[in-house]
Amino acid sequence: MNEVRVIKAENISKLYRLGQVGTGSMFHDVNRWWHIMRGKEDPYLRVGEVNDRTRKGSSDYVWALKDIDFEVEQGDVLGIIGRNGAGKSTLLKILSRTTAPTTGTIKVKGRIASLLEVGTGFHPELSGRDNIFMNGTILGMTRTEIKSRFDDIVDFAGIERYLDTPVKRYSSGMYLRLAFAVAAHLESEILIVDEVLAVGDYEFQKKCLGKLKVVSESEGRTVLFVSHNMQSIASLSSRLLIMNNGLVRQFRDPFEGIEFYNQENTGFDKSRFSDTAEKGLGDNDYLIINEYYLCDETGNRKSGFSSNEKIIVNLNFDVKNTDPLLTVGIGLYTAEGVNLFWSIHLEEDNPVSLHQGSHQIKILLQGLLLNEGNYKIELIAAVHNKQWIYRPEFDAPYLIFSIYRQPGLRDIWSSKRQGSLVPCVKYIK
Amino acid sequence: MIIKPRTDFFEINLREVWRYRDLMWMFIRRDFAAQYKQTVLGPLWHFIQPLFTTLIFVVVFSRIAEISTDGLPPLIFYLSGITIWNYFSSCFIATSNTFVANAYIFGKVYFPRLVMPLSVVLSNMVKFGIQFLLLISAMIWYAINGTEIHPGNSLFFIPVVLLMMACMGLGLGIIISSLTTKYRDFAVLITFGVQLLMYATPVVFPMSAVKSPDLKFWLSFNPLTPLVEAFRYALLGTGSFDAIQLVYSGIFILVLLIFGLYLFGKVEKTFMDTV
Repeated sequence: MNEVRVIKAENISKLYRLGQVGTGSMFHDVNRWWHIMRGKEDPYLRVGEVNDRTRKGSSDYVWALKDIDFEVEQGDVLGIIGRNGAGKSTLLKILSRTTAPTTGTIKVKGRIASLLEVGTGFHPELSGRDNIFMNGTILGMTRTEIKSRFDDIVDFAGIERYLDTPVKRYSSGMYLRLAFAVAAHLESEILIVDEVLAVGDYEFQKKCLGKLKVVSESEGRTVLFVSHNMQSIASLSSRLLIMNNGLVRQFRDPFEGIEFYNQENTGFDKSRFSDTAEKGLGDNDYLIINEYYLCDETGNRKSGFSSNEKIIVNLNFDVKNTDPLLTVGIGLYTAEGVNLFWSIHLEEDNPVSLHQGSHQIKILLQGLLLNEGNYKIELIAAVHNKQWIYRPEFDAPYLIFSIYRQPGLRDIWSSKRQGSLVPCVKYIK
Repeated sequence: MIIKPRTDFFEINLREVWRYRDLMWMFIRRDFAAQYKQTVLGPLWHFIQPLFTTLIFVVVFSRIAEISTDGLPPLIFYLSGITIWNYFSSCFIATSNTFVANAYIFGKVYFPRLVMPLSVVLSNMVKFGIQFLLLISAMIWYAINGTEIHPGNSLFFIPVVLLMMACMGLGLGIIISSLTTKYRDFAVLITFGVQLLMYATPVVFPMSAVKSPDLKFWLSFNPLTPLVEAFRYALLGTGSFDAIQLVYSGIFILVLLIFGLYLFGKVEKTFMDTV
């Protein structure tokens, strides 16, 4: 694919005013105008703070985006990820020209069509047919263009039967199908897609992802794609933009980016265990957890292992009240939150009996199990089939650890072997 | 294409608006298709509204207040006034709402924002046409029944008046719509402002009925005054046709429109942040 730069953003910043627009803003307007008339800098551009929604700032202004630079080449699928309020939507709004940046310029080659939310411009009273034309023209197509693609659109949406029904009678899924179908058949060189796939059913989501792939790979069009679904980001994007508090980091390898993102975000970077050790881990009738950590075979505590290393989960605890069905175990999750397995100690043929008093249990995970990446390991405890003591994915204490590539493994995979597991697979003649 | 913070001093991209003419057409169609969905009388409402207003005016202003109608049958006089006034007021009110009412669309997709008010002005033109037909039918009905109706010999002037009305409504509307993005006060202002303005325009009275020179002087500052008068003059042969007044209106409207377009272009880029 020829490397043509289609988007080049330089120094993009966006300032927002917090709180109500009211009489105070009128004073600011006058003041701003007065400064600009005298050829001075806008007095409110200096005071903005970095965008962090959790902290209360002292200024009324906030930078939703701050000095962002990035480039996109033709045919790229640029995945954009970031937590809520990281500035993703602001960036897309600027790109789709629904608002202007406060500073900076973006050079764009070609038409941009955005699908920021489903069914823009759909009129509830009009039929599906009319709305295809309505929506298409809003997105910048001419009526002749739509006519020539009409059958494809209807076909893609799969709503032929409801074509002459007003869209207010549609289910939200049908609505989305129609909206996406129109947008996917646009003639634009750049397509912006923002979380629209959330509503569709699995079959349709796959269809959309497939369409986006076709659009970028064989038609050479560029797609900017925002999602919280790491799976679709990973499978679709050729590059990744991570946004955090209005700042960006660009990754040429999306997998690398996703791992970086997971390490940085969603509390996945630290173990909840150390956080809550005093606060209530002992606050149940059965257990007091004293220690929960990972180490290797030689007893070194660590949180990074190579993929062929054995991992030992150490669990030291006191049992306050015993129960024949009292059990402890672990739950393992990938960075995307997919549960790989749960395990409890009662599975064993002769399980350790958890009598009153202190216990030290080691849980052995063999090598060549997990692929490179970040994982979460939860401590599960329960009275089996009766009551959770630590409910997985809810209040269970957890640790984060990383698996690195096994040293010396032949570099047959350019980035990393696909999948979460790295079993040793034999190919026999 | 370059996306940048501030527009040049005066930036309206008429070529782009033209490229989106299909969209304008769709908006016009949508207005008509959607307006009377699930109503029994449907498009008949286009006739009912001006007709009833006219009847009320006939009763109140002609029968009770006994204001002169320049020798015309009151029904024709008021209907003609209402027809042209309605065009202006509906253009003005609908365009003055452009940003706030369409924020949900503007916030998601880019297209030249001017398409929206322009489509409003055009679709109201169609509504005007419908009401104009009503007016013509009324004139014919009166003519058949023996009332003398003399269409003016300057009928060609009607489109000019209409165009000026359109520009006036558009210019004023986009100015107000630009201001309401931040300060909703203007939206409140225009709802009764338009009503008041109607009484400062010779809609329910002819200029010839205004006797006080002072009042005449002040009314002549209203750029709509000569337009309504000229409309009646062109169509019905009564009223005044004052070239100087019309030139004044023309200049006023032109300045208003240019200022409106300037303001609109300035606001359209970032209004989503303040709306």
